[in-house]
Formats: sequence, structure tokens, C-alpha cells
Amino acid sequence: MTLGNSISNIFGVSPIKPLQNHMAEVINCVSKLEDFLNTAFDDDWDKAATVFDAISANEQSADDLKKQFRMHMPKSLFMPVSRGDLLSILTQQDHIANLTKDICGIILGRQMAIPKALRSDFIGFADSSVETCKKAHGAINELDELLETGFAGSEVKFVQKLIRELATQEQKVDKKELKLRKKLFNLEAELPPVNVMFMYNIIDQIGALADTAEQIGNQVELLLAK
Amino acid sequence: MEFFTEYGTILILLAALCGFFMAWGVGANDVANAMGTSVGSKALTIKQAILIAMVFEFAGAYLAGGEVTSTIRKGIVDSAIFQERPEDLVFGMLSALLAAGFWLAIASYRGWPVSTTHSIVGAIVGFAAVGVSPDAVNWGKVGTIVMSWLVSPIMAGTISFLLFRSVQHLILLQDDPFAKAKRYIPIYMFFVGFLIAMVTLLKGLKHVFKDNGMSLSFFDSALIASAVGMVVAMIGSYLLTKVKRDLSLEVDNRFANVERVFAVLMIFTACSMAFAHGSNDVANAVGPLAAVVSIVSSGGDISAKTGMPSWILLLGGSGIVVGLATYGFKVMGTIGRKITELTPSRGFAAELGAAATVVIASGTGLPISTTHTLVGAVLGVGLARGIGALNLRMVGSIFLSWLVTLPAGAGLSILFFFLFKAAFNQ
Repeated sequence: MTLGNSISNIFGVSPIKPLQNHMAEVINCVSKLEDFLNTAFDDDWDKAATVFDAISANEQSADDLKKQFRMHMPKSLFMPVSRGDLLSILTQQDHIANLTKDICGIILGRQMAIPKALRSDFIGFADSSVETCKKAHGAINELDELLETGFAGSEVKFVQKLIRELATQEQKVDKKELKLRKKLFNLEAELPPVNVMFMYNIIDQIGALADTAEQIGNQVELLLAK
Repeated sequence: MEFFTEYGTILILLAALCGFFMAWGVGANDVANAMGTSVGSKALTIKQAILIAMVFEFAGAYLAGGEVTSTIRKGIVDSAIFQERPEDLVFGMLSALLAAGFWLAIASYRGWPVSTTHSIVGAIVGFAAVGVSPDAVNWGKVGTIVMSWLVSPIMAGTISFLLFRSVQHLILLQDDPFAKAKRYIPIYMFFVGFLIAMVTLLKGLKHVFKDNGMSLSFFDSALIASAVGMVVAMIGSYLLTKVKRDLSLEVDNRFANVERVFAVLMIFTACSMAFAHGSNDVANAVGPLAAVVSIVSSGGDISAKTGMPSWILLLGGSGIVVGLATYGFKVMGTIGRKITELTPSRGFAAELGAAATVVIASGTGLPISTTHTLVGAVLGVGLARGIGALNLRMVGSIFLSWLVTLPAGAGLSILFFFLFKAAFNQ
């Protein structure tokens, strides 16, 4: 006798844990950004390459987790949250890892010389942006508690608080970005134009990390809406 | 009748054998569906689940299984038609048992989710309608039964939905869910005790009371059942005092300790589920057997008012226990391993909703499918946003399978019916 004749088949695998695992891997990836930037500012390109390899490895493993997640998301699943919302959260989480790899890839590939005068502002801006991602991770980590309570009550208020903090953090990042751009603008006449162009590009992408994190927060908020 | 004196013993033996085989199948396969949720949510170990199942399946079959058995035995067919040819009814019931047993064996082998109840009802309707005449079927009753198959999952779903909502409001959404869980869970335990006692008193022990010249009014029964519920709640409260809060578990999930409290409640709902299952499903195996025995022992008089010999329910109960002991172990383990997403707070709501529905159906003598009812209950919890993911395609295939099971059971039973008639030269 085989045992297909059973009620167990109606239970799918909950998407919450895999989504959290993916986000944890993304955070592993983006947290290495500060290390990487410091090695770049120190002109230690050998070490930068090592950090970049680690970042690539994290990005790759996040990619694998993403693929697995999608494989286990057939349309016939009935979940307390919409499949579309979950998949778009996943895409945004993955975008953070991709951005990190791109940022570091360009800096390493061009062995980009960022003016030392910008160092503290630049690192501060990047850290803030990474912090926004970590706050998004905090919200994602609450999803299992949300499921436990059936997406209602004080847990919802708690998660909404986390999302408000996330939004505040993103605004801080915006201010730091503005300040950094102004400083770079004052210096740009003395720098090679192509380098400057790429520097603005990098600043954009680091800002995009925080924007994406905020998007994740917005999506989580959508899950809470009844 | 000469025929029955000549072949009586062999017919009864044959029916008892088939009935035991069916009961074995129910124990080996079906019980695991009813109890798998308890094992899956880690509220019980496999051994504990088997022990609970053995005791409460048996109790349910013996104490509350009479009504459904009597429906299967004489409710589906119109006995007036068989007055002239009681041997046809005997052959028919034997064929129905064989057909349902065969079909279940095939389905289990192929891994199709079919229902014991649907196969036996299909088989009985089949031999009566085609083998004898369409008038031989009590279509009104069959209509009621089919309606109950539609209603039972919906009802179980509704009860489970409301149960889970009440848990949300009373416990999960409160500031100190652990303390609230300890305070309110005994109330649910009371319901479990009350439910089982009430059905046992109203339906199961009716005959015992009648024999002893006793009678209980509805109010008396309710009073006794409340007392039983209180005792159950007190035992439960004592067990709850043993659950101590372990803060190290809350690092990962703040509700880990609350779930440990619910796990205690699930022991009780598992008992009620096993009782409900025994009270409804054992009839599938012993109902036809009871029909054969009563006709043969009265020498072919269908209208004879013979009570059901208690050895028949005992045989059914033992069949389930043997099935559990020989094969149910393995199935329970497999199912338990596959249900990982159901936490005790949800498992209890699903089990209690299903058990209440099944027990009520048993009381009214309606043979329903425990598995389908449980699926409905699980969906009810899912609708309250309580379960991570449910596979709707699988739900569809489970519910569709009874459409296939009815004609399959009927077809096989018609085949066996004519084989029997030929074999006995009737």
C-alpha cells in the first residue's frame, strides 16, 4: 500500500520561513558593503577582491534560494497572504543583493579612486543605507509571528511601528545622499569626468538599496491590510 | 428458510471476515488521517497517538457507533422489497463489503484519496438498484446522506473558523498570551468532555438504559455531560500547571510557549477525534455484517426486531485496533512527518471542529467521511488566515474522488452480487 490516501497532502510548505531565509542571506551580502568600501578607500585591491568574492557568493546563494522559493509557489496554494505580494517582496529582497554586487563590481573593476575627503560621508551614507535594509529584515522576521496571530491585533501594530522606523531611516539616508552629492559637486571640477560620472552612479545605487528596503516595508504593510 | 440453515454459518463467517478486513483497513489507513494532525503538530508522539486511538476509537465504536451502523444496515435499502427474497439482501451486503474492501485496497495501493464511507454507501446502493431493482433503494435516505456529505465539511469548516477566531481574540491577540492560554484553554477542554459525554448518553447508551428500565431526559443528560466536562477540564487544568514558561524558546518565536499550552489541549481534542471517528467509521465495516447476521439468525425474516449483538461492534472495534497496531503505526508516522505547518493552536481548532461535526452526524445516524470533514475544518482555519499554505489542488482532488468512488463501489458490488448468486445457485 502506498500512502497517498492522506490528509497530509493538503498542507503545503509555508512560504514564510523560506522568505526569511532568503532575506537573511541578502543581509549577509549587503552587510559586507562597509568592509568592501573601506578596503577600496585604503587602495587595498587584493583584499577588496576577496570581499567581493564573498559578496558574490552570498548573492549567488540568495539567487538559489529565490529560485527554490518560486518553484514551491504553485498558483494552487491557498495562503493567508497573496502570492503576488510574496513574490514581489522576494524580487525586492533579491534586488538588494544584486545592487550590492553591482556597486562593488563597478568599484573593483575600475579600481575607483574616490576622493579621501569624501571618505567619512561616503561610508556614513552607505552604512545608513545598509541599516535601512536591516530594518526591512526586522519586519520580514516578524512574518512568522504575524502568521501565528492570524495577521491581527497588537502584532500588527508592532510591525507597523517597525515599518514606520524603516521609513524614517530611509529619510535619513536621503539627507545623507543629498549632502554627499553636494560635496562631490564641489570637487567634481578637479576630477576626471568619467570617474565622477561613475561616482554619481554608485551614489545612486547605494541610495537605491535604501529605497528598495523601504519598498519591502511597503509590501509588508500591504500584507497587513485586510 | 432452508437456505439459511444450510449456509447460515458460512455466510456469517464470510461476512465477519470481510467486515474485519474493512475495519482493519479503517484502522490501518483512515485513523492515521484523523490523528495525523496531532502527530504533525508535535502535540503527541506516534506511540501516544496510537494508544489514544486504540482506546477512543474502540470506545466510540462501541458506545456511539450504533446509529450509523443501523443506517448502513437497514436505512439505505428498502427492506419491504427484500421480504420475499432475504437471500438477495445477504448476498448484496456481502458484495458491498467485498466491493468496498476491494476498492479501498486498490485505491490505497494507487495512492488515491478515497473515503471508506463513500465506497460502502456506493456499493450498497449499487447492488440494490441494479442487482435487484431501483425501488429497492431508499432514495430519500440516500439523498439525505449525500446532502450530509456536502454539509459536513462546510459545517466543520465553520466551527473550526469560529474556534480559531475565538482563540485569536481570547489568547493570541492579548498582551500576555501565555497566561491567557492557561486561563481559557480549560473551557475548550470542557467542550470536549461535554460533547463526547452528551453523544454517548443520548445515543450510545440508549439501549443499555432501555434494558435496565432507566430513562434520562435531555436535561438530565446535559447535566451529567456538564459534570463530565468539568472533570475533563479539571484534569486538563492540572496538566496545564505542569507547563512552565521557557523563555529561551521565545527568542525565535514569541509564541513558542503558548503553543506548548495548546499542545496539552490537543491531547484532549485528539481523544475526541478518535472517538468521533470510531463512532462513524466503524459502521462502514460492521453495518453490512450486522444485516447479514440478523437475517441469517432470524431465518430470513427481515422485519424481525433483533437488536444488534454486541460482538459485532466489538469485532469492528478490534479490527480497527489490529489495523492500528499492524499498519497504522507506519502510516501515522508518514502523515505526521508531512504535516509540519500545523501548530497546536490550529490543529486543535481543526480537530475539534471536525470531531464535533462527525459526532453530531453519528448521533443522527448519518455516515459521513471523516477525512472530508477534517479537510473542511482545516480549510476553515485557513480562511481565518491561520495556516501558512494549503494545497487547493489536493483539496479539489480529495473532494472529487468521491464522485469516482460511488460508481466504482457500485460497479464492483454489482459484479460480486451476481457472482454470489451464481455460486449459491440462487
